[in-house]
Amino acid sequence: MTGDVVVVRTGSANLASVLAALQRLGATPRLSSDVADIRRAERLVLPGVGSYGGAQSALARAGLVEAFADRVRAGSPLLAICLGLQLLAEGSDESPGVRGMGLIAGCATRLPDSVRVPQLGWNTVTTRDDTSVLRSGFAYYANSYALRSAPDGWSHATTTHGAPFVAAIARGPQLACQFHPELSGRWGHALLTRWWAAC
Amino acid sequence: MLTRRIIPCLDTRDGRVVKGVRFQGLRDAGSPVELAARYEQEGADEIVILDVVATDRGRDHALDTVRAVREVLSIPLTVGGGVREVRDAERLLEAGADKIGVNSAATDDPALLERLAATFGVQCVVLAIDAAEAGDAWRVFKRSGSDATGRDAVAWAVEGTQRGAGEILLTSIDRDGTRSGYDLALLAAVSRAVSVPVIASGGARTVTDLIDAVRAGADAVLAASMFHDGDTTVGLVKQAMARQGLEIRQ
Repeated sequence: MTGDVVVVRTGSANLASVLAALQRLGATPRLSSDVADIRRAERLVLPGVGSYGGAQSALARAGLVEAFADRVRAGSPLLAICLGLQLLAEGSDESPGVRGMGLIAGCATRLPDSVRVPQLGWNTVTTRDDTSVLRSGFAYYANSYALRSAPDGWSHATTTHGAPFVAAIARGPQLACQFHPELSGRWGHALLTRWWAAC
Repeated sequence: MLTRRIIPCLDTRDGRVVKGVRFQGLRDAGSPVELAARYEQEGADEIVILDVVATDRGRDHALDTVRAVREVLSIPLTVGGGVREVRDAERLLEAGADKIGVNSAATDDPALLERLAATFGVQCVVLAIDAAEAGDAWRVFKRSGSDATGRDAVAWAVEGTQRGAGEILLTSIDRDGTRSGYDLALLAAVSRAVSVPVIASGGARTVTDLIDAVRAGADAVLAASMFHDGDTTVGLVKQAMARQGLEIRQ
């Protein structure tokens, strides 16, 4: 494979940080919301900042949902970040009535009132499964919603903020993180390096 | 378990890091790129850049600074200074910020917080509050502490989070740059009143000050002078806080 990677433009987000992290891998990332680019890209990154309903409707408006879903089902190289992970699921408490892409089981629910929400900061990533690109460590999270249980057929890592939730899931060259690997320092860079190598 | 963050702050003007006392008498403290890279290397959990003078020319400098820092930085970057509209925030995010700090403009136009949250999400919106003690309460000031707003600091923090701020950056004007410790009473009052994370700012001198701030309710502690002047390092501070039993990313 070459250094080709397409970052899906779903609206305003911390795209510069995602692009900088990919460039540190030696990649030449391109930003696009063009359906042909999404279908043809060697590797696809779905960043996620913003609201669930807003991001889902941006994907739908650009006509990307089907192309995106086809790639995920085919097992093509994918990195989904934060809201990007939740968009793979069936929905979220954040935007009741909005259907996610339904590519993995489950809905994102709000973090408990017993802790500070949004969760902003470094929290643990814990996995007992070393068959995937996932490893245990600390990562940077910025979320108010999360998935409670990992879908079947994926390796997973968990963390806790008030209650346990899914930190990341991985399957071959597909990685979806609730945390921000692009903001997780050397540990995040190492994770992205493993993902890149698995593609 | 979520860890407490140690956040070095770079006050910048025209592409250089500056530092004053109680927002006055600014002096040069180095290159933002070099300092940001060094702090990440030492274990900083996040970097905050506050651009002191947000004139048109200064704003271009600030964007250049953010771009240059982003290239070397792989931890979160919060940027504030001169954000008056959604477009200003968008420019900073495009340059490489992850979160946007908003201060004076929100006191003039509180609905700005709603517009920012609707566009970028609450996790992207940091309400910076500059507060000074006034009798048995704290009042909010704007424009680098020069103008009174008439707002009560605790009430403003609550209103700000209801409107869309996902985090409060709480600076004591009385303590800023004085190295006399954070205003713990202010911190405790705001921290109790809101459910979003609170960053303590203004007055840190020693590790004990940082530990006291966390015990008073701070989710993160911000400091500038104590790191710029080489009194200590982020790494030493984190070791000391961990020895006191605080949850710290080592």
